Amino acid sequence: MAVIPVQRKPLTWAERTYLPQLAAGLSITLKHFFAPKDTLEYPEQRPAISPNYRGVPTLVMDPHGREKCVSCQLCEFVCPPKAIRITPGSVPEGSGREHIEKGPVAFDIDMLRCIYCGLCQEVCPEEAIFLQNQYSMTGYTRAEMVNHKDKLYEIGGTLPDAHFKWDQKKAAAEAGTAHH
Amino acid sequence: MILFWSNLPLVLQGLIKGIAVLLVVFPIAGACSMAERKVCAWIQGRPGPNRAIPPWFAWVPVLGPALQHLGAFQLMADGLKFLFKEEPVPHHVNRFYYVLAPALAIIPAFTTVTVVPFGAYFNAAGQTVPLMLANVDVGILAVFAVSSLSVYSVILAGWASNSKYPFLGGVRASAQLISYELSMTLAVIPVFLWINAPGLPGSLSLARAVAFQSAPGFWGGTWFLFTMPISALIFLVALFAETNRQPFDMPESEADLVGGFHTEYGAFKWALFFVAEYSNMIVGSGVFTLLFLGGWNPLPWLPLATLAGWLHLVGHPVALGAVSIVIFLGKILFMLFFFMWVRWTVPRFRYDQVMKLGWQKLLPLSIANLIAYMIGIAVLQR
Repeated sequence: MAVIPVQRKPLTWAERTYLPQLAAGLSITLKHFFAPKDTLEYPEQRPAISPNYRGVPTLVMDPHGREKCVSCQLCEFVCPPKAIRITPGSVPEGSGREHIEKGPVAFDIDMLRCIYCGLCQEVCPEEAIFLQNQYSMTGYTRAEMVNHKDKLYEIGGTLPDAHFKWDQKKAAAEAGTAHH
Repeated sequence: MILFWSNLPLVLQGLIKGIAVLLVVFPIAGACSMAERKVCAWIQGRPGPNRAIPPWFAWVPVLGPALQHLGAFQLMADGLKFLFKEEPVPHHVNRFYYVLAPALAIIPAFTTVTVVPFGAYFNAAGQTVPLMLANVDVGILAVFAVSSLSVYSVILAGWASNSKYPFLGGVRASAQLISYELSMTLAVIPVFLWINAPGLPGSLSLARAVAFQSAPGFWGGTWFLFTMPISALIFLVALFAETNRQPFDMPESEADLVGGFHTEYGAFKWALFFVAEYSNMIVGSGVFTLLFLGGWNPLPWLPLATLAGWLHLVGHPVALGAVSIVIFLGKILFMLFFFMWVRWTVPRFRYDQVMKLGWQKLLPLSIANLIAYMIGIAVLQR
C-alpha cells in the first residue's frame, strides 16, 4: 500500500487567534438558526410509510371480501415469540365455501409479544396475513394490546390479488379435472 | 405623583426601586432558561419546546398559540415544578454549607445590580442623570468585588456535597475564576484611565464611562468597542469564563463531571444556581454594554440626547428614562443571545487549554494592552 504523506501546514497567525474560526462557526450556526426546521411534528404530521414497510401483522381478505385464512395454523407454529393464537373451526354451511373445510373462529395476535419478524407472512400458504403500514400500536391495558380477529381484518383490509385459489379448486373439482 | 414619590422616606424609595429592578432581572433570568433551550433547538434545526399550554389559554386566538410555540408555558411549568417538588438533602452532605451555597450564589448575583446604571434622563438643568440603585463612585470595583464572591458558592457547593464530581467541579471553578479575573480587571483599566482625564474628579462609576461615549463629535460618540477593541475582546472572553459559560463551563462540564458542582442539588436549590448563573450573565452583559457598547446610547455616534431631541422627549424625564431603559435592555438581550449563540457553536475547551489561554495568552495580552494604552493616553491627554 502506498504511503501518502499528508502535508500538515502549521496554523497561520490568524488561525492561532481562533477568532476567524469562531466567526465562521457563528455564521454557520446563525444560518441554521433561521433555516427551516427539519423536525416532523409527530402526532399532527405523519411520516410517509414505504409500501414494503413491515408494521403490525394483519389479516387480509380477497377482492371479493372473503376470508382468506384457512386456519392451517402454520403461522401459529412458526411464530418465534408465540404471539399468535388461532382457534380453528369449520366454514359455515350454505356459504358455498364448505370445500375449504376450515376457517378461524378466533385469531388473536398478542402485540406485546410480536417481534415484527414477518415469519407469519412468509409462511402463510394462503397469503392471508401481511405485515402492513401500521407502525403505531398503543393501549392502556394488556388486553387492549391483543388484536382479535375483527380488529385484524379491520386494519388489514383487502389486497388486490386475483388468485382465487379456492374458486379454481372448486371449479376444477366440478369439471372433474382436479389433480389429486 | 412625582411629589408623592420624593416625599417618601429614602429607605422606602430605595426598597421600592430595588424590588422593581429585581422584578425585571428575575423574570429575565428565568426566561433565559427557556431562551437557551429555544436558541439551542433552532440552531440545531429543531422547533424546541412548543407543546405545553393551559387549556383556558388555548382559547385565546393569536397570543395563545404564539406563546405556546415560544415555550412560555413550558417555562412556567418548569418553574412551578422547581417550586413544588420534593427537596431532598442527601445524607452525606454538610447540611449547613449545602444549604448556604445556593443562597451565596444568588445574593452576589443580585447585589451587583445595585451599582449598574440601566438608563438615564436629563434633569431641568440639562444634565444627564443615570438611573441606578446606588450611584457610588466605586462602581466597577464594587461589581468586581461582589461578583467574585460568587466563586465561594461554587466552592462551597462542591465541598459541602461531599462527593467526587462536585468537588472536582468546585476546584476547577475556583481555579478558573481566579485566572480570568486578573485579565478581566486589567482589560477594563484602559477605559477608566481614559475617562478619568486630568482635571476631573476621579471616579470608577460606570455611568461616567457611558457619559464619555455619548459626547457629541466623532471621537466623543465613538464607543469604546472601537477605540479599545482588544480590551473589549479580553473582557468578553473573561466574561464567558467568569460566568462559567461555554466554552469555559469547566465547573459543570457534564461530559466529564456528571453535573459539576451542582450534581447533588435538586429542586429549588438547583434552580437558584441556575438563576444565579443567568443573573451573572445579565449583569456581566450590562457591564460590557456600559463599558464598550455605549450603554443606553442607541447607535454609535448617535447619543441619547440626539434621539431625545428627535422624539421631543427632552422635557419628559419619565418617558426618556423608559426609552433609555428599553435601549439598554435591548443591548443586554442581544448580549444574552450572543452568550447562547456562542454556547451552541463552540465546543468546550479542555481544562489545560482553559488554563493555558488564561495565563499564557490573555494575561500577557491584557498587560501589553494596558501598557500600550497607558502610553497612548498619557501622550493624548498631556
